[in-house]
Amino acid sequence: MIKARELAKPQAQSGHTQPAKGGRRHLLDLDDLSRAEIETLLSTAKTMQEVLHRDIKKVPTLRGKTIITLFYEASTRTRVSFEQAGKVLSADVINVSSSGSSVEKGESLYNTAKTLQAMNADIIVIRHPHSGAPYLMSHFLDSCVINAGDGSHAHPTQALLDLYTLQQHLGTVEGLKVVMVGDILYSRVARSNLWGLTKMGAQVVLCGPLTLIPLDFLTAYRNREGHPFASIEVETNVERALEGADAVMVLRLQRERQQAGHLPSLREYSQVYGINQKRLALAKPNVLVLHPGPMNEGIEIDPEVAHGAHSVIEEQVNNGVAVRMAVLYQLATPSREGS
Amino acid sequence: MLDNHLLWLIKGGRVLDPSQGLDQVGNILVKDGKVAWIKKHGAATSPPDNCHTLDAKGLIVCPGFIDLHCHLREPGYEDKETIATGTMAAARGGFTTVCAMPNTNPPLDNGPTVEFVKRKAQEEGVVRVIPVGCITKGRLGNQMAEMAELARAGVVGFSDDGSPLADSNIMRSALSYSRSLGLPIINHCEDPDLFRGGAMNEGWVSTRLGLKGIPTTAEATMASRDIALAELTGGRLHLAHISTAASLERVRQAKEKGIRVTCEVTPHHLTMSEDWVLGNRGEGSPFPPLGAGAYNTMAKVNPPLRSREDVQAMIQGLREGIIDAIATDHAPHSHVDKLCTFDEAAFGISVLETALGSLMTLVHGGSLPLPTLIARLTWAPAQLIGSDLGTLKDGSPADITILDPDAPWVVDTSQFASKGKNTPLEGATLKGKVMATMVAGTFRYRDDKLKMEQADG
Repeated sequence: MIKARELAKPQAQSGHTQPAKGGRRHLLDLDDLSRAEIETLLSTAKTMQEVLHRDIKKVPTLRGKTIITLFYEASTRTRVSFEQAGKVLSADVINVSSSGSSVEKGESLYNTAKTLQAMNADIIVIRHPHSGAPYLMSHFLDSCVINAGDGSHAHPTQALLDLYTLQQHLGTVEGLKVVMVGDILYSRVARSNLWGLTKMGAQVVLCGPLTLIPLDFLTAYRNREGHPFASIEVETNVERALEGADAVMVLRLQRERQQAGHLPSLREYSQVYGINQKRLALAKPNVLVLHPGPMNEGIEIDPEVAHGAHSVIEEQVNNGVAVRMAVLYQLATPSREGS
Repeated sequence: MLDNHLLWLIKGGRVLDPSQGLDQVGNILVKDGKVAWIKKHGAATSPPDNCHTLDAKGLIVCPGFIDLHCHLREPGYEDKETIATGTMAAARGGFTTVCAMPNTNPPLDNGPTVEFVKRKAQEEGVVRVIPVGCITKGRLGNQMAEMAELARAGVVGFSDDGSPLADSNIMRSALSYSRSLGLPIINHCEDPDLFRGGAMNEGWVSTRLGLKGIPTTAEATMASRDIALAELTGGRLHLAHISTAASLERVRQAKEKGIRVTCEVTPHHLTMSEDWVLGNRGEGSPFPPLGAGAYNTMAKVNPPLRSREDVQAMIQGLREGIIDAIATDHAPHSHVDKLCTFDEAAFGISVLETALGSLMTLVHGGSLPLPTLIARLTWAPAQLIGSDLGTLKDGSPADITILDPDAPWVVDTSQFASKGKNTPLEGATLKGKVMATMVAGTFRYRDDKLKMEQADG
């Protein structure tokens, strides 16, 4: 969610780090971004990608801006790509992780937010195991807040880079049949992609064991007027789901799901839902295989597929930097937004 | 002292007393802490000399409210509430009697802890406090507490509230053992396995917010089990704070079969849906964009706020009498308990001071007649605890609540007597206000706007 700042605090309005008046925005999820806003971000990302292909990967766009990445959960690609994105744009990037910071001493998220507020950072990038943590931060911070993944709720930059990758290969997202396979119930990647894909006009099919699909997606509730996901389909048979697919997004299967009683075994999951060459052959000939990582090869995805001709998984990582550059740029320089 | 004068005439109010089917404009004389008489307005009455008068014209005069279920937090959690602050909040909310839940620290699982609460209430409380005792020792769910001793100490029932009693065999024993004591077992109906780690009602809102859902079935399956055990043992079962249409249906069937089961519902489960977690007030489309108020920890409560359909079912159940009484489940918490992520936040809402105002929205909206509302707050809970309270019959203790059904007011938690400022109603305008609360003939709360006349001399 990108939203205008409402809680402007007078005492925080001074100082050179404040962006243009009225331009305070956050990226918390894709749910209230318009299609046009998403398209602007994707086209900005394309420009950013060109920067990444230069010999000297550095532009002065965000010089003098401070970005703090605050990670309460382990992460490789998301944290590194935000850091890289910030550095290419010449921002000063400070990385804070929960271990080795005051969080280890029991500091609450609220007090951490207050501390960061006092440091006057321009952008806070937060990853947190609890859904909604970035909303809490945005409530108390004058800085722009970017959600880098919160609990089971949202991971908007992942969804944007997935859209970017689809668009790059297939020209458009409109009308594509995109199948998401796996743990829909707990996946923040699935949630943000549901918003992004449906807004961009894709036909989304959710596939997985019924224990990992939200119950309200299986009832008549979805037919209610105004339901944003009225058009999606749920298919428990992975072969049927893959028929004619333009892309398949394979979701990471957390091992905890077996312990929590959602699955009999990882072995059975792999047999019934694992994406292998044979199953992939049911999709369109130029089908794309995406995975947000980190992968459990041999469980949700066969190594042959993960590293095969249809896989764009490594490109996703590369695109992630460009997309995050676009997001940082848009938030830190709001006057140029939409242009 | 004005407020504890021995003779009061409450004049010209609409006297609404469901215990005697009374609903008429009249005068009430309070003498020596008791209701001396009620006379129809205009009837030839000569109030005795030295009598103070309170002008209740345009107001409702009814028996003091009885809350079957509240958390006063003392002993052990005095940062959240004390008996002094909790009973003051009760008085401001029109409650003259509150049943205090035993999930304190230490829990009320033996005679001396119950005696402590009673003594403290006598010394510092401003309304009547009747303790509820634990079902099991330490609320651990594996061994019955000494219920006979607790009964001698004056508890009004037994509950491990906050935790469901999961062990079916202990539940069976408790229902059976308490039968001879004539006191109910009050279970917090929730299957702990289905609850596991849940934060809000399971449904579209939990899916959207990525919060772990608590299915309505967690309540309904436990209600079914408890009802079956009540049938088996003949014990008295009272289901605390029911919240779903599914458990209501089970209670309806049990009552039709003559099983001894009663139940209660909270003001918030009658007036708030799960939409409140999104930060809006349950009006308009169920699919709004997430605003700054999303993940509203003030709306985190257990049982969770349910679907709009469940709320409607609760209102209907209350109207029809399947739900016997309204109980607040007043659960005060400190700021720190709520100023965190939704997963980390404590369950509970501070209810006592907003109960009437929020319940009156049902009356103003035409979904609940005022006499029914008053009955479920007075006579009905009195019957459940077998007391002589909840009535204005001649000679009864003068526990009286006076309210203005139409007065609008804005909820301002900084004005709460309760230490718990945790309510999603902060800033809301409610219509219906408690103007005065009298306990045993003494005013314990009185709005400044009330007109009084002192006796001469």
